[in-house]
Amino acid sequence: MIAPLLFMAGIGLLLGITIALANIFFSVKTDPRIEEVEDMLPGANCGGCGFAGCNAFAKAVVLDAVEPQKCPVCSKEEAENIASHMGMSVEFDTPYVALVKCCGDNSDSPERALYNGVTDCSAALLVAGATKSCQHGCLGMATCARACPFNAIEIDEKRHIAIVHPELCVGCGKCVSVCPRNLIDMVPKSAPVHILCSSPEKAVLQKKACSKGCIGCRKCSKLDPESIKMDGFLAVMDYDNYSTNTEIIDVCPVHCIYPSLEEK
Amino acid sequence: MIKKKAFSGGVHPHDGKELTNTKNIKIAPLMKEYAVSLSQHIGAPAKAIVKVGDTVLKGQKIAEANGFVSVPIHAPTSGTIISKNKKTSAGGRMEGGVDSVIGPTGALVPMLTISADGEDTPCNDLEPILSWQDCKPEDLKQRVLDAGIVGMGGAAFPTHVKLSPPPSQNIDTLVINASECEPYLSADHRQMLEDTKGIIEGILIIKSILGIQKVCIGIESNKPDAIKAMQEESRKHNIVVTALPTMYPQGSEKQLIYAITGRKVPMGKLPMETGCVVQNIGTAFAIYEAVVKGKPLYERITTITGSPIVNPSNWRLRVGTSLADALTLAEGVKNPDDIGKVILGGPMMGMAQFSLDVPIMKNTSGILLLNKQEVTLYTSGPCIRCGSCINVCPQSLMPSTMGVQIEKERFELAEETNIMNCIECGCCSYVCPSHRPLVQLFRRGKSEIQANNRKKKV
Amino acid sequence: MSEEKNILLPNPSKLVVSSSPHLHKGNDVQKIMIHVIIALIPACLVGIYVFGWSAAQVLIITIISCVLIEAISLKLIGKSQNALKDGTAVLTGMLLAMNLSASTPWWVCVIGALLAIVLAKQLFGGLGYNPFNPALVARVGLLIGFPTFLTSWAPTKSMLSSTHIDAVTCATPLYQIPLTLKNGTTEILSYTNMDLFLGNIPGSLGETSALALLIGGLYLIVMKIVCWRIPAFFIGGVAVIAGIHHMIEPKTTLTITQHLFSGGLFIGAFFMATDMVTSPETKKGAIIFALGCAIVTYSIRVWGAYPEGVSFAILFMNAFTPLIDRLAANKPFGHIVTEN
Ligand code: SF4
Ligand code: SF4
Ligand code: SF4
Ligand code: SF4
Ligand code: SF4
Repeated sequence: MIAPLLFMAGIGLLLGITIALANIFFSVKTDPRIEEVEDMLPGANCGGCGFAGCNAFAKAVVLDAVEPQKCPVCSKEEAENIASHMGMSVEFDTPYVALVKCCGDNSDSPERALYNGVTDCSAALLVAGATKSCQHGCLGMATCARACPFNAIEIDEKRHIAIVHPELCVGCGKCVSVCPRNLIDMVPKSAPVHILCSSPEKAVLQKKACSKGCIGCRKCSKLDPESIKMDGFLAVMDYDNYSTNTEIIDVCPVHCIYPSLEEK
Repeated sequence: MIKKKAFSGGVHPHDGKELTNTKNIKIAPLMKEYAVSLSQHIGAPAKAIVKVGDTVLKGQKIAEANGFVSVPIHAPTSGTIISKNKKTSAGGRMEGGVDSVIGPTGALVPMLTISADGEDTPCNDLEPILSWQDCKPEDLKQRVLDAGIVGMGGAAFPTHVKLSPPPSQNIDTLVINASECEPYLSADHRQMLEDTKGIIEGILIIKSILGIQKVCIGIESNKPDAIKAMQEESRKHNIVVTALPTMYPQGSEKQLIYAITGRKVPMGKLPMETGCVVQNIGTAFAIYEAVVKGKPLYERITTITGSPIVNPSNWRLRVGTSLADALTLAEGVKNPDDIGKVILGGPMMGMAQFSLDVPIMKNTSGILLLNKQEVTLYTSGPCIRCGSCINVCPQSLMPSTMGVQIEKERFELAEETNIMNCIECGCCSYVCPSHRPLVQLFRRGKSEIQANNRKKKV
Repeated sequence: MSEEKNILLPNPSKLVVSSSPHLHKGNDVQKIMIHVIIALIPACLVGIYVFGWSAAQVLIITIISCVLIEAISLKLIGKSQNALKDGTAVLTGMLLAMNLSASTPWWVCVIGALLAIVLAKQLFGGLGYNPFNPALVARVGLLIGFPTFLTSWAPTKSMLSSTHIDAVTCATPLYQIPLTLKNGTTEILSYTNMDLFLGNIPGSLGETSALALLIGGLYLIVMKIVCWRIPAFFIGGVAVIAGIHHMIEPKTTLTITQHLFSGGLFIGAFFMATDMVTSPETKKGAIIFALGCAIVTYSIRVWGAYPEGVSFAILFMNAFTPLIDRLAANKPFGHIVTEN
């Protein structure tokens, strides 16, 4: 009984020593600050900064003086901490959040047939162009939600539509490229009104497809011509110079203008 | 000559051909309206050359080819163009990969709607070429392009492109695909019986365009009467008719070339690499009509079938006929509420439709209706690794592994498992006991991989 | 097309759209499992006939506890109870019972069911994700935890009625191999080949009758539920190795028939090694897997510490399944030419 136990302990000890030695001999000399910065980062490894992960970003901060606030997940304090640790100064950009530019759920834009297949927006789009009547709207099959590292996108299972929770969204932008209908845009968190429709169809076709679709009536753009431009039959908000005029909410005859991101 | 076993894998679904394969092809009467899609082929959509309000004649060119991989489109009857609106089509195009097929994108594509004037006045833009034997191959090829001919078996690939192999490529065999392996369809079968002479003449024209000697026609052995008819006619012209085992997907280009010549198309390459050009018999007939009769492609044989149909039958339909009109020809359905699916094409590769306004296109070989019982609404389970899909895959792929990888969105790994070689034949989904939507997963995987590769190039 | 004919068109609001293909062969997981259960019935009946009512008790207790435990785990994990309908829990219970002695107490059966369903299956993610055959994991777990129950076999009814054995427990023929080796004689084996073949021997309640298992196994192969390769190469492999060994050392080894018909080779080859989830997917892979099983089985039987090696061999090869799958993956159609 004792012999095997000793044997096992021996092997364990040997392996432990090997690992320890390997660590000493093969370790690469790195700037200790990289590790320090990495420790101070939130460690989400989301890639939202544009680097291959938190470690790569930390390297970039230390070696290439990339500004720590380029990490979209860092809170203000965290970024300031890292900057002061590195002896840099920080200037904060306006925080951005994701916005799903569609508010037509399955009661506004009904299913035109019964879909039976993979629950994924890109896959559904390959079957007869997906079953939603609107050819531009959100399918609610969670391709974006699965891509979001922060679980900021909720799919309303009953209404088949994606909703971004701005308090959870850190603005990493991962969801933008995966949406097969290109519905997601990064917009300033401070913008108070949003036009939630992406369908450029003419009013005739639009009415058939979705009761909340923008019909291109120009009522909103007349109120705020600086920020709202018409793209064909679709009103588009210019987020570099966004509208703060909440009156446009009430002029929209189809009610596709919303005050906050969560209320749709 | 009967080949025993042509390729490994394949399945043998109930073929349902008995519904229509004894029924003569009937000529459809003139409809009130035709909606002609400008995107009926793989490649760039055609460019409209008429305006709303213009009057057109039957066979008049209404849209011109837009680039090399594109073909013109002709009016199916005489009348007035009443709209140029976008309508939902049966299928737009999917970016061409190694094995591109028309994707059931159901996207909005521009269509020209023609209101028929009832006169059906023909336009004589294309002169019949009676002595085509004396023509240069270039002129004949030009005629194929001018007549707007595409592969009529389903892929709708512009035929003139297929008939223009690069000079470096040594082509020695013309393979004619008459296997019609899709269940339920009988359009090719009936055409072989009724238009035998025309088909053979079309084949001879293709032969002279390619300048080759060897021609093989592959027909599945479940059509003995068609084999006999074709053999009698082709014997005079030194054309070989090969009876192939009845096994889906016998009509897939790669499997067909292998069955007939024993050559394997190298992975990721075009069938041309083996020195073979494959044409469908419907295409051969269209070429015959284009050359000898000067008639552009605005008509095709379509099987309207399925258990809910009152009178399943074969029809010569004009391109642009709406599904509703076509179904009316077959005397409608038995019970309008008991329809599960409306499919354009065959049951294995066709596209399910949600609307009856969809017009038929140059490659619509069938309209198939399934009733509610025949439509399995599946809930798919996890892969139980039974290996059935692997055993039936004609491309010898590993559908189970590929399916799991796509489901987990690991597209790079899937590419390594050769997903791009999938021909989307559907054998794997057909046998999967877990009802996994494998083909749909592969379609998604292939389109994501293509998108990624395009991004990488840029 | 006259209007009076009253032509009806499909109601477009009720159509289904899905990806091609629009036909399905009509098979499903549940049907496969039902076939396997049917195939196991002859062996179960023989077990009940040979060992009596206690065998039936073990069977019933194990099946019911497997199904209940599966239902509870699904509930706890938050998965739909629909997964119960596939019948895999019933099958696992049945296979486990067939690997137990008819004299196993009820609570050992329940622990076995727990091991099979929770440890071997649900912890790995449920059906399709388990790397090891659940019934075998349970059997081996019990063998390690409760060796006495697993190695003391209920005597057959015929033995009890005849007077030559009066013990409550006795040894299965394979347990005599080590003895055989020691004594250098095979005379100790008192069972005829016919007894071995029909199952009139002590052992697990489902593994004794090679005939009944063969009937079930052939049924599965004929119905195309399992492919013939795994059983054929597994049993064939053991036969060949045993034959060669017996030729070299006829005194100290068992004959081919004794190797084939005693112990769990048939149940293992037809029902355990062919488990789809845990065996390789390709034809080539199946052959490698089966031969591996054969070699390991024979090695354990003859040189290992345990007299019976089928369960260990299959579990051992289960661990190699992912590797075999990778090595034996099909080469795509037309791959050769591009490599040049
Ligand atoms: S936003 Fe785009 S990806 Fe997200 S659910 Fe809607 S359609 Fe799908
Ligand atoms: S919602 Fe989009 S931008 Fe916001 S955290 Fe998630 S993936 Fe990033
Ligand atoms: S019309 Fe606009 S709001 Fe309605 S579903 Fe389409 S994109 Fe969404
Ligand atoms: S993987 Fe592709 S080629 Fe193979 S059976 Fe499935 S659909 Fe056909
Ligand atoms: S047929 Fe289905 S369950 Fe079987 S291995 Fe293939 S994907 Fe898995």
